[in-house]
Amino acid sequence: MSYYFTILSPTDTPIFNIAFGTSKGGGDGIARFRFPDTAQYMNQFIIHSSLDIVEEAQWINGGMYLKHIDTYPPAAAYISAFLTPSGARFLLLHQPPQLPSGTSSGLGSSSLLGSSASTTRASSSSVAANPTSPQTEEAVRQFMNEVYESYVKTAMSPFYKQGMEIKSPVFRTKVTGAGKKWL
Amino acid sequence: MSTTKASRIGEEIWKTRIDKVNAELVTLTYGTIVAQLCQDYDSDYKQVNQQLDKMGYNIGLRLIEDFLAKSGVGRCANFRDTADMIAKVGFKIFLNVAPTVTNWASDNNQFSLIFDENPLADFVELPDDGRAQDELWFSNILCGVLRGALEMVQMQIEAHFVSDVLRGDDTTEMRVSLVRYIEDEMPPEEE
Repeated sequence: MSYYFTILSPTDTPIFNIAFGTSKGGGDGIARFRFPDTAQYMNQFIIHSSLDIVEEAQWINGGMYLKHIDTYPPAAAYISAFLTPSGARFLLLHQPPQLPSGTSSGLGSSSLLGSSASTTRASSSSVAANPTSPQTEEAVRQFMNEVYESYVKTAMSPFYKQGMEIKSPVFRTKVTGAGKKWL
Repeated sequence: MSTTKASRIGEEIWKTRIDKVNAELVTLTYGTIVAQLCQDYDSDYKQVNQQLDKMGYNIGLRLIEDFLAKSGVGRCANFRDTADMIAKVGFKIFLNVAPTVTNWASDNNQFSLIFDENPLADFVELPDDGRAQDELWFSNILCGVLRGALEMVQMQIEAHFVSDVLRGDDTTEMRVSLVRYIEDEMPPEEE
């Protein structure tokens, strides 16, 4: 499972980006997207294209965590969103590991997952294998909440101006830590 | 007076005689002042340190009166007493922290205050322009406060930070040295 996480300021400026892979079940935490390395902008493209849906969904359920809101099937990319009360948006793109060719509905069975590393972690409920399961939604919720906490602290720093890119290495470390812990 | 007795006095006054104020209010206000100074002086951090020290000095000049009125403590017998009084009563009642007094010089005229926590610096991350980490003493106002306050009670001191966790150091340490006791009560210098 590979993840791409982005924070958008209330005025739609991207202020933070990070790509990382799963650390669960023997994952090494390195992102391996299905696009070639030269096409990593696809992540940003997909994630930002979900903003319309975020805007539609944001007033509906009243919660800050919007769960899984968008899917981009050609890349098997799933987007989850989290809103802060001030209007910043946390978007997480998750892409399950590559399935071997010839399996059409592969999610959920360990034998269908490609590499030997992923066979150990795959089960129908694991975060890695099934991006829309309740377990995944819960894990993402925990991740978002932890990032939100760090975000608030970062925003409280007197040298941080609202809407500015978050350059703080402390924040990046904390996001990486949260990713390791929950995803 | 022993350190433990000073601690007890500090606790007592903190509990009974001090108006409390929200910590974030203090932190954010002070943070804004420093950030604004950095902007006004175009990130000339030496200037910013100096200004903070000056502001602290002016606070110290009046704060000592308040301190003596609230604490009702008398004259300190020696500089070691003074150090305990600053750390365990002064810092306790105004900031609710009690730094450790340590690293005494052999002539008993120099000591260090180690701050385990610093309410002024909560949430703070120094600007990453490659210089702030080496030049800015974020909490430098405290040095000025001590200098101003002690000058009003006939002690000329010099205080500066030698390390700060904000810069990535392990501890936050302020070095305080007694320059001299002011014998004839001259009015404080204009600053």
